[in-house]
Amino acid sequence: MRQLVLLLAVFAVIALAPFVIASEFSLNLVIMVLYAALLGQAWNILGGYGGQFSFGHAAYFGTGAYTVAVLQVQLGINPWIGLVAGGLLAIGVAAFIGLATFRYGLRGSYFALVTLAFAEVLRILSNSVDFTGAGVGILIPLAPGVANLQFETKTGYFFLVWTFTLAAFLAVWWIGHSRFGASLAAVRDNEEAARALGVNAFRVKMGAIMLSGLFSGLAGVFYAQYFLYLDPYIAYGPAISVESLLVPIIGGMGTLFGPLLGAAALHAVSELTREIIGEVPGISLVLYGALLVVMVMFLPRGLAGLGERLFARRRPKAGETGHA
Amino acid sequence: MLEVKGICKAFGGVQASRNVSLTVPEGRITSLIGPNGSGKTTLFAQITGFQTPDSGQVSFEGKDITGEAPETIARLGMVRTFQIVQPFAGQTVRENIAVGAHLHRASRRDALAHAEAVASRVGLGDRLDLDAASLTVAGRKRLEVARALATDPKLILFDEVLAGLNPSEIRDVIPVIRDICDSGITIFMIEHVMQAVMSLSEYTWVLNQGEVIAEGEPASVVKDERVIEAYLGKGMAQRIAQRQVVHA
Ligand SMILES: Nc1ncnc2c1ncn2[C@@H]1O[C@H](COP(=O)(O)OP(=O)(O)OP(=O)(O)O)[C@@H](O)[C@H]1O
Ligand SMILES: [Mg+2]
Repeated sequence: MRQLVLLLAVFAVIALAPFVIASEFSLNLVIMVLYAALLGQAWNILGGYGGQFSFGHAAYFGTGAYTVAVLQVQLGINPWIGLVAGGLLAIGVAAFIGLATFRYGLRGSYFALVTLAFAEVLRILSNSVDFTGAGVGILIPLAPGVANLQFETKTGYFFLVWTFTLAAFLAVWWIGHSRFGASLAAVRDNEEAARALGVNAFRVKMGAIMLSGLFSGLAGVFYAQYFLYLDPYIAYGPAISVESLLVPIIGGMGTLFGPLLGAAALHAVSELTREIIGEVPGISLVLYGALLVVMVMFLPRGLAGLGERLFARRRPKAGETGHA
Repeated sequence: MLEVKGICKAFGGVQASRNVSLTVPEGRITSLIGPNGSGKTTLFAQITGFQTPDSGQVSFEGKDITGEAPETIARLGMVRTFQIVQPFAGQTVRENIAVGAHLHRASRRDALAHAEAVASRVGLGDRLDLDAASLTVAGRKRLEVARALATDPKLILFDEVLAGLNPSEIRDVIPVIRDICDSGITIFMIEHVMQAVMSLSEYTWVLNQGEVIAEGEPASVVKDERVIEAYLGKGMAQRIAQRQVVHA
């Protein structure tokens, strides 16, 4: 309960941003942090809570993004419907990938590689068919208006991504306080022992990948409506997959607030390098790589883990209770 | 309650189960003994769905469960513990036990409350908030028992829950096992600690090289020539003879 109150309080404070931040540039930064937190929290559901490390979350992101874009541009379907369709299709892709991997008991690096392969297949497909605009990409015509899921000002986009992100964080709060979450953590920590206690590991992992896919897909829908342009590399390329996993790894995998901390830290560092080094092509990937190495070496439990270590009351060890 | 009929299982050249047939009656403690590598754990793995027998049948409460998944079998009311303990490291004792409690309890609050009750039943009541990884061997064994017990099973299969404990810890755990049986849960236990086999179980099955070589009341089984031989000769025979003097 305390955690839920804290979560709502944090999001309430964030919601003040459009009213206190005057500059478009700064508000854009807050939007991008929320968007990164959404991507990261989506990955965190499967990777952090479920222990299934995906290298291919772009598969869900790109599906959400392309769905809303293609439906609008090719079929003239309203993006609000596209939003729902994008979320559902992302769940569908996740279910498909889950079936193809968990059914056959793929774990660890095998799972990671297969998810990467699926994202790459989708990238190549979207690069070769016409209705996605192939390599040229797809441009969503500018038509500001709430009915078109486009907004005159950044405030509208802010609240769109704020809502998606809050939903993702609430879902993860629920995971931490439910049978589903307990089963998921059990499967992550010891799948065999979990099954011995009656946990249906396959079903639990399917649930996690579908929920994860949904929020990645919503991040894709947001991206498409915000930037109004997609190409195969943006939608299904490895950059999104890397960002998805980097955010919770920096912030703290398997923690509720980790992705928010990670997203803020990542953007802070990005902005700082931009200030110091300026715009260099590819610099962000170099930076991501360096950050990943640093985190894995020095802070394997992320910023949330660091915070816990600094502030936690010391837990007594088994030996100290005097029991053998 | 549990019936195993003609189970065979081979790993490459190793015949881990040879035409094993046995029964476990409801409401009692039945034990399974045998020298190291005789196929006890493998038999448990086949009974609980972790391995599929090459041939033969397992039925639980009259229902054929051969080849069913472990989670299905657990839901039916039969759970196992692991000889090599498998705690959810990084989770607290309470959270570990709650995983079992969730099998028949959807609500988090109910599962946590039940976990607490089970913990005190097995003597972990004062270690609820410790990381399971920080427990001693004896603590981890208790945790194995607690998690299985929390699923509200009808039948529990204990795989050497006393192994690695010192005599005073064994003396502490034996009443816990008896209490579980008294509460109406049937127990089938693999055990090397003969003191426990003798004092707890009414009936015992003996495996050697994957084969059932004897069955009966523990006191008479340990006098069986083949059993003494299986356990490698004189030393064992002598110890058993001594123990019989004590029990007489
Ligand atoms: N997965 C496996 N692959 C190959 N051989 C196995 C496997 N599991 C068990 N065995 C072999 O099967 C035989 C029986 O092993 P099992 O673990 O069932 O014995 P056990 O009676 O439980 O022994 P212990 O008292 O030491 O626990 C052994 O020879 C073992 O090496
Ligand atoms: Mg064994």
